[in-house]
Amino acid sequence: MSDDARRLKPVDVVVVGGGWAGSIMAKEMTEAGRTVVMLERGPDRSTAGEGAYPASIDELEGNFRYKLFQDLSKSTVTIRNNASQTALPYRRMAAFLPGEGVGGAGLHWSGVHFRMPPDDLRLRSRVIEKYGAKFIPEGMNLQDYGVTYEELEPFFDKAEKVFGTSGEAYKVNGQVVGQGNVFSPSRSDHFPLPPLKDVYTAHLFRKAAAEVGFHPYSLPAANASQQYTNPYGVQMGPCNFCGYCSGYACYMYSKASPNVNILPVLRRHPLFELRANCHVLRVERDSTGKRATGVTYTDAEGKVVTQPAEMVILTAFQFHNVRLMLLSGIGKPYDPVRNEGVVGRNFVYQNVTTSVVWLDPKVETNQYIGAGGGGVAFDDFNSENFDHGPLGFVGGSPVWVNQAGVKAIAGAHSGGPPGTPRWGSAWKAGMIDTYRHSLRIDAHGANMAYRDVYLDLDPTWKDAYGQPLLRMTFDWKDNDIRMNRYVVDKIGNVAKAMGARNVHLGMREFGKPFDTRQYQTTHLGGGAVMGTDPQTSALNRYMQSWDVHNVFVIGANAFPQGTGYNPTGMVAALAYWAAYHIRTTYLAHPGPLAG
Amino acid sequence: MRGVWKSGLRPLAAALLVLSAFGIQAARAQDAAPQAELVTRGEYVAEAADCAACHTVPGGAPFAGGMAFHLPTGTLYAPNITPDANAGIGQYSEAEFIRAIRQGIRRDGATLYPAMPYPSYARMTDEDLHALYAYFMHGVRPVSTPVVQDGMHWPLSMRWPLTVWRRLFAPDPAVTLQGATARTFPDPVVARGAYLVEGPGHCGACHTPRAVTMQEKALTAEDGPLYLSGGGSVDGWRPVSLRGENRTGLGRWSEQDIVRFLATGRMPLGAAFGGMTDAINHGTQHMTADDQLAIARYLKTLSPTTPAQAPGWAYDPAATNALRAGDVSARGARHYVDSCAACHRTDGRGYPTTFPPLAGNPVVMDPTPDSLIRIVLEGNTLRATKQAPSAFVMPGFAARMDDAAVADTVSFIRAAWGNDAPAVGAADVARIRRSLSPEHPPASLPMN
Repeated sequence: MSDDARRLKPVDVVVVGGGWAGSIMAKEMTEAGRTVVMLERGPDRSTAGEGAYPASIDELEGNFRYKLFQDLSKSTVTIRNNASQTALPYRRMAAFLPGEGVGGAGLHWSGVHFRMPPDDLRLRSRVIEKYGAKFIPEGMNLQDYGVTYEELEPFFDKAEKVFGTSGEAYKVNGQVVGQGNVFSPSRSDHFPLPPLKDVYTAHLFRKAAAEVGFHPYSLPAANASQQYTNPYGVQMGPCNFCGYCSGYACYMYSKASPNVNILPVLRRHPLFELRANCHVLRVERDSTGKRATGVTYTDAEGKVVTQPAEMVILTAFQFHNVRLMLLSGIGKPYDPVRNEGVVGRNFVYQNVTTSVVWLDPKVETNQYIGAGGGGVAFDDFNSENFDHGPLGFVGGSPVWVNQAGVKAIAGAHSGGPPGTPRWGSAWKAGMIDTYRHSLRIDAHGANMAYRDVYLDLDPTWKDAYGQPLLRMTFDWKDNDIRMNRYVVDKIGNVAKAMGARNVHLGMREFGKPFDTRQYQTTHLGGGAVMGTDPQTSALNRYMQSWDVHNVFVIGANAFPQGTGYNPTGMVAALAYWAAYHIRTTYLAHPGPLAG
Repeated sequence: MRGVWKSGLRPLAAALLVLSAFGIQAARAQDAAPQAELVTRGEYVAEAADCAACHTVPGGAPFAGGMAFHLPTGTLYAPNITPDANAGIGQYSEAEFIRAIRQGIRRDGATLYPAMPYPSYARMTDEDLHALYAYFMHGVRPVSTPVVQDGMHWPLSMRWPLTVWRRLFAPDPAVTLQGATARTFPDPVVARGAYLVEGPGHCGACHTPRAVTMQEKALTAEDGPLYLSGGGSVDGWRPVSLRGENRTGLGRWSEQDIVRFLATGRMPLGAAFGGMTDAINHGTQHMTADDQLAIARYLKTLSPTTPAQAPGWAYDPAATNALRAGDVSARGARHYVDSCAACHRTDGRGYPTTFPPLAGNPVVMDPTPDSLIRIVLEGNTLRATKQAPSAFVMPGFAARMDDAAVADTVSFIRAAWGNDAPAVGAADVARIRRSLSPEHPPASLPMN
């Protein structure tokens, strides 16, 4: 405990981070009658503020000046491809875009809202069952989550109802009920809202994918297809496909966010207090080191204060959670040389490449229209939906048209087909042709965890608060590149069925390292994973620290390896799952929930 | 309701209750703590009478006053009515308190500015006022900060013209109560509704037209069809008729619609704005479901002022069909599509109860277009209530549209979908634009 830190009045629960996970945990803890303080590093945010129409739909401010994203001048990460290199700070937003401010990534996200496939939750077991233990490549840390789809199903369902998710079910209670994803598991209920309408490109993709023999379905989207009132009584407007989802606060109140879907109720709750502009420095522990006593943070005025609490719930973004654990000495840091320790282990990314299909010049693809979570996908090559035996790689990739609204600057940036000049009239013609007549198809693949890909504290670089930056050691691996190339190759057939005039298949290249300069995705995962073995997981299956029982850590940091799906639906379900066990067991009997 | 006195007769159009008892020494009100139950009941009466709308500033201590009213005759400040002996009403005996509420007579005998709706409060029962007194003396935290009244210009800085007005126009409470007792109602629910609406709710203060001498032309349903037939504009807001007109009143609202509106500020045919926002926020949302129903049932007994055979509103799809065919040739259609249709839709039906419909909305069809113009200019915030935790903010267009563009847009909305209300001109917009208070839009925006 810092001597100069001011001590505040103790509360029951302190929640670190004001995004989806934090808002869900705070809501659940106030429902359980506990006093909750939620600390958010960034400013408070609202639809009437950041989302006020028409100022909100400013592409330059939203997607190029990163209005809703982390202030990298205060804190960032360092990155290197392998342990032989010296990591350097990530000073300009590019490859991934961590958020900042109340709502967190849940305010600037797109809205794609998936449930984790059952096989992905027990991927190690499933791969061994199907292909034998030898199938797992050397150096790949393949693991199970320690929780099953059946256990999580009620919490997936709850999250969808809170988010107002639009989609079409395939099976409800074991019965086929609709045209949803044939590979998806049975649900206890339908989606709360019908699927969004297909934009034209998604419509063409759906038709072509079915012709080729794949199984297209509507992406589940937390962009409301109709107006909606969630179980907390809050209301959403309907999505109008304006395309300002990712990077923006939705002015229609139609993209689910903590700000729209949970915080209106929380902010009115007498047991809840939100403190914005408060940067948490560390979790404090008692003399035994086995119990957290609260957190120390720098407040809006720059004063260092300590907030004592009975429980600390870390709900910051994936890598901030990992860093806070490392800075606080919670859990054993990962040592890649000895292959020991767990905090920083199994850091994963997502393996996304984009292909472009040019249609007949008479076909206007209207790419400016879109909804962040809308579109059409097929899962024929995702998860364990296909036989990996002869292919020799682990993992898979859904394929989709997720036209989220290509705006003017982005359209100009992408230019024309590969080989088109980068300036002049040929560039202009190629850019206009591409914007008007093309569509984009993503392979949104999984990234497996490897022994030499990890997070630790940087030995050199510090943030504005004098604390070491988190260091990422990351590169693409042969297994993942082969998976990507196999799935992207299938896109060629779909493009042909669409009547493509030209196709660019975006594939990962062997030997080409991870390039931080190009946006890929903000779906980072792992680093403090959940599991059933304290030797290979930092958290037990209830998201509780194995070492400090009154610390729970909620986020994509818990994913033992990557997945083809977007992470938010899983993070929200894990939050409700953890909250359920805290409420039903932990509060009455504080202590380890798993032994 | 606040701001009532802005329009109408200017010499008298400046008013606020000044209950502060500066420099007056008297024995403190008896302070034996009454039962908590009585205080709780009094709190409910204070909500039903919407005391906080004027006497509590947003974010300020309850009933400590201070809310500013910018009037042509100067600036008035809502007084402190906390039980502080010097700054508030702590020295009022119960009899003095009741006289002030019902008759508008201050403890020292001076007349209160008649924005204090004592002509309505005259109807309040002894029982309610006893509870209200208990609440203000024992349920409200005293605040020692006085509210200084120094913003009024002569002659309204003097009290005697108010006394003349009061003697001419304010009802005698004894007669009022007697009259109310003598009235018969179809059922006790309607009787309760009549009491709430005509008495503590003082709905007529805004929704009943006033004479040139500023008194309401009717104080009860007994006084004829002008009662609650729509009031003069207040701060650019035009209080609509609460009678049974099909197009411009509550003719197409069901009892349950009204209940829902009082509880949440939103129902399928419309959403709250203007002064009604405060009335719901401080008042009606806190009422019991029974009292909300009583108000609804009573309002539904008020006959329309329009002839029974007058055609009702019926949806006309012509404008919708034109817009959907890409025809924006109608006056204002292009502005409507560009700036309004995302939420209110090309069919004008909106997304009730999130974004209100414009088709068939009484506010849109009102003979006076002031409210519609003002909403387009400065936007509006539908506040969260206990039962409806989501607020919705419509942006204002004052900075983006000139007077002609606003007039075109408003004229389109008033003409389309069977609304058939008269067009408006740029001069109407200019008049409303000039009247916008510097306090708008509100400094505190909702955080969802």
